[in-house]
Amino acid sequence: MPRTPRPTIVLVGHGMVGQRFLEELASREVTERARVVVLCEEPRPAYDRVQLTSYFSGRTPGELSLVDEGFMERHGIELHLGDPAVAVDRRARTVTSRAGLEIGYDTLVLATGSYPFVPPVPGSDSTGCFVYRTVEDLLAIEEYAGRSRVGTVVGGGLLGLEAAGALSGLGLETHIVEFNPRLMALQVDEGGGAALRRTVEEMGLTVHTGVGGKEITVGADGAVTGMALSDGSRIATDLVVFSAGVRPRDELARGCGLEVGERGGIAVDERCRTADAAVYAIGECARAVDGTVYGLVAPGYEMARVAAEAIAGSTGDAEGAGDAGASFTGADTSTKLKLLGVDVASFGDAHGKTEGCLDVVYSDSRAGVYKKLVVAADGTLLGGVLVGDAEAYGMLRPLTGSVPPVAPEQLVLPAGAGAPAALGPSALPDEAVVCSCHNVTKGTVRAAVTEHACTTVPEVKKCTKAGTGCGSCVKVLTALVNDELEAGGVTVDKGLCGCFAHTRGELYEIVRTRRLSTFAELLDGHGRREARGGEGCEICKPAVASIIASLAPALGASGYVLDGEQAALQDTNDHHLANIQRNGSYSVVPRIPGGEITPEKLIVIGEVARDFGLYTKITGGQRIDLFGARVDQLPAIWARLVDAGFESGHAYGKALRTVKSCVGRTWCRYGVQDSVRMAIDLELRYRGLRAPHKLKSAVSGCQRECAEARSKDFGVIATANGWNLYVGGNGGATPRHADLLAKDLSDAELVRLIDRFLMFYIRTADRLERTAAWLERIEGGLDHVRDVVVHDSLGLCAELEALMADHVANYRDEWAATLDDPERLRRFVSFVNAPGAPDPSVRFVAERDQVRPDLTLLSGPDIPVRTLDALEGSAAR
Amino acid sequence: MTAVTTEVTTETTTTATTPATAAAVAASGEERAAGLRVEVRADGGWAAVCRLSDLVPGRGVAALLPDGRQIAVFRDRAGRTYAVGNRDPFTGAYVLSRGLLGSAGGRAFVASPLLKQRFDLATGRCLDDDAVSVPVYAVRTR
Repeated sequence: MPRTPRPTIVLVGHGMVGQRFLEELASREVTERARVVVLCEEPRPAYDRVQLTSYFSGRTPGELSLVDEGFMERHGIELHLGDPAVAVDRRARTVTSRAGLEIGYDTLVLATGSYPFVPPVPGSDSTGCFVYRTVEDLLAIEEYAGRSRVGTVVGGGLLGLEAAGALSGLGLETHIVEFNPRLMALQVDEGGGAALRRTVEEMGLTVHTGVGGKEITVGADGAVTGMALSDGSRIATDLVVFSAGVRPRDELARGCGLEVGERGGIAVDERCRTADAAVYAIGECARAVDGTVYGLVAPGYEMARVAAEAIAGSTGDAEGAGDAGASFTGADTSTKLKLLGVDVASFGDAHGKTEGCLDVVYSDSRAGVYKKLVVAADGTLLGGVLVGDAEAYGMLRPLTGSVPPVAPEQLVLPAGAGAPAALGPSALPDEAVVCSCHNVTKGTVRAAVTEHACTTVPEVKKCTKAGTGCGSCVKVLTALVNDELEAGGVTVDKGLCGCFAHTRGELYEIVRTRRLSTFAELLDGHGRREARGGEGCEICKPAVASIIASLAPALGASGYVLDGEQAALQDTNDHHLANIQRNGSYSVVPRIPGGEITPEKLIVIGEVARDFGLYTKITGGQRIDLFGARVDQLPAIWARLVDAGFESGHAYGKALRTVKSCVGRTWCRYGVQDSVRMAIDLELRYRGLRAPHKLKSAVSGCQRECAEARSKDFGVIATANGWNLYVGGNGGATPRHADLLAKDLSDAELVRLIDRFLMFYIRTADRLERTAAWLERIEGGLDHVRDVVVHDSLGLCAELEALMADHVANYRDEWAATLDDPERLRRFVSFVNAPGAPDPSVRFVAERDQVRPDLTLLSGPDIPVRTLDALEGSAAR
Repeated sequence: MTAVTTEVTTETTTTATTPATAAAVAASGEERAAGLRVEVRADGGWAAVCRLSDLVPGRGVAALLPDGRQIAVFRDRAGRTYAVGNRDPFTGAYVLSRGLLGSAGGRAFVASPLLKQRFDLATGRCLDDDAVSVPVYAVRTR
């Protein structure tokens, strides 16, 4: 019975499941008719604990957050951070927080999660011992690892391997101690465990199985020095991480007399309610009606949904009250993970416990691949284990419980060794669950296309939520959506423009393999039929010009972008080697490599600006932009700049812009490498390189990252051992932090990797697609790009490096080349029939001691323009 | 809207009988074409604005008419010439001569270098906004 007209729901715990519960409440509008209070122990709102380890590959705690900005405010939810519940009085229906808050409730939901189990090893509370559960744990480990050499992880399960990967990534010599006879004993069988062990050992980690920690030894300062094992051996280690499983946090429930399981976990019914009808428990702290405590997020989400539905029914009006359908009776524990870079998946009856079941096993120790399927006598797929190659998981899991359309041995063979080309999603029945995080069936996905008119994968994701959980189903989802679109007769035109049915990447391949050096050949031979013999358009001409420029040395084409036919393809900026501004004047940006400039050169820039009456502004890329040059002034301005040793900054091109830097070790007391030197080297190496879009870069001299390298297309951050390379960063409207591609590189390794990365991007990106968008779009994402440019999985690296070497060898400053040639200078006139006359429409007025465009000259009265106001507000005055 | 005809009076020679003489005639025709004047009709007369060789196929140039008006003159791949007002009506800037020439459905257009609106070069009509157009001028080469 509600005690007040507006009932109070108290949620204890704000983890992944807690947040999902709040979202489920909000979507049922319970937040509008009830007061919702949340007590959260951690100092930050819910974050993606599953992706916790990605903090070490560069995700910030903020990026891990699961709470949309304004979510709490929008739904009037009161969130108390850093203030856990300490007691529940069920008779009075109150919860007391550590800070002393006493909150009355009508409904109490416990989502307290679990705590890491620390085995009772003497010394386990010493300095240098950690658990692996929260962002705060990771911050502490990272800090301590900075002064450690060797790290040991106790626990070789899923979390243990993640922790080991993190320690290894922090540069520690890493040991894994597992009590069971194999790694990931819960998920994989003996064969899978052996394949996993080999791969992990090949990465330089040491694995100890079948042993436990006996004692942790400490030095005089109380800090860890080593660990004695149950077999009598000893590991000298500076740091120990306990990651040997979790236990439900059920102490609140115990404290108020609620029933808990023998091995922990708050007992709930199929609607996630405890014996007290006013108290629910969901997620890892609950023991489901099947007696299991589920430690995976998908069952937790399902419990959140079930509890929210039950609560919506009991707090709602008449119509809601009858809605009591949802129940949670157990869940699929299939998982697919990437641990230490190894794909591991298990699904269904992975251990073959079903009566009379049979195994089909494929094992290749050399490649570290192990696959096992468990099938019933009648051929029904019951489950399986995949290690090293979990590609088939997306298809196999939904097929579990049915008889696959091909023989089971064909499902485990590697591609090209007798396996069917691809077992397409057409093989799945409509009721097969494609996305197990959100329980979305193939039928639902198909309906999104056929009934809800979705035409892209992102639209389907938004419509069905499929693929928005762990993401392991996105590949199958994409194939399914494309199949459905095709079946519906929708052909998705991926063509570049009305002239070409090819994408930019395809045109690049055509130009490269057929060695075409003119736009006309490409259009007339490979354009859409109706566009052949035509002019092309404003979209394809610059795109093709860029492709030809990127490949110029290999094609035998001119490296100068304005020679011959190429001149007709370039946007006005490239055509005039300057940036057009709103009044038709241009801006000029000389290259200032790394942002380093001598006083003499600064004075030249000042004098040029003064003598030509240019507006000057410092740019974000550590250089100086000079605005307000008429087209006929550009050669005279550049003659002065080239004389003083400047060259083009390519601010006008889809090309490398700047490589920003901090002063680095030379001056800064924190710097660990010479970041300015490296920035200058990189800027000089890649200057003039034409790309699908502009390229920005930066080099920071230490982890403080003053150069903001992670907001760049390729960013370099100094470490004590060399350089870390980050790729795919972006500022602008959709900011993205760059991802770590490789770490602790030498100068030569760094340059070689950037060479490959840039050329691979140039080769495969779409028109005007920055590296950030490209990395998000390209199939396989960062992992694929790393495979290609680091591990040379496509055998392309030598070619990519050769293309870059060609570029470097053939670079010439475009402005010097222009000034040397009277023919090339002819284009720099305002009027073809009055070469000496300045353009009278380009005028300026004074503002803050400099010039700005006089826009009143541009608002001629002669042409009525309806949309002028909307497009150019100030020009309309 | 002003109706516009584009007059091209370039000579064509069809009397060649052997490949060698054909090449020679083509070369001399090319030379002669390069020396041709491009004229634009304005205020009842024809004003010479440049040589045909000043025009790069697929690009434009700006020219001043005797009364000070600015025009943008273009030449396409097929050798046809066009002239429109140089002022971009969306921004007021005199920049259309610096836009890229393209074609759609066999009709040539120029895309403004500022905000990329396209204008049909034969009619002046904006292809992205029916209510907007630019003036067009008759062109001939002789």
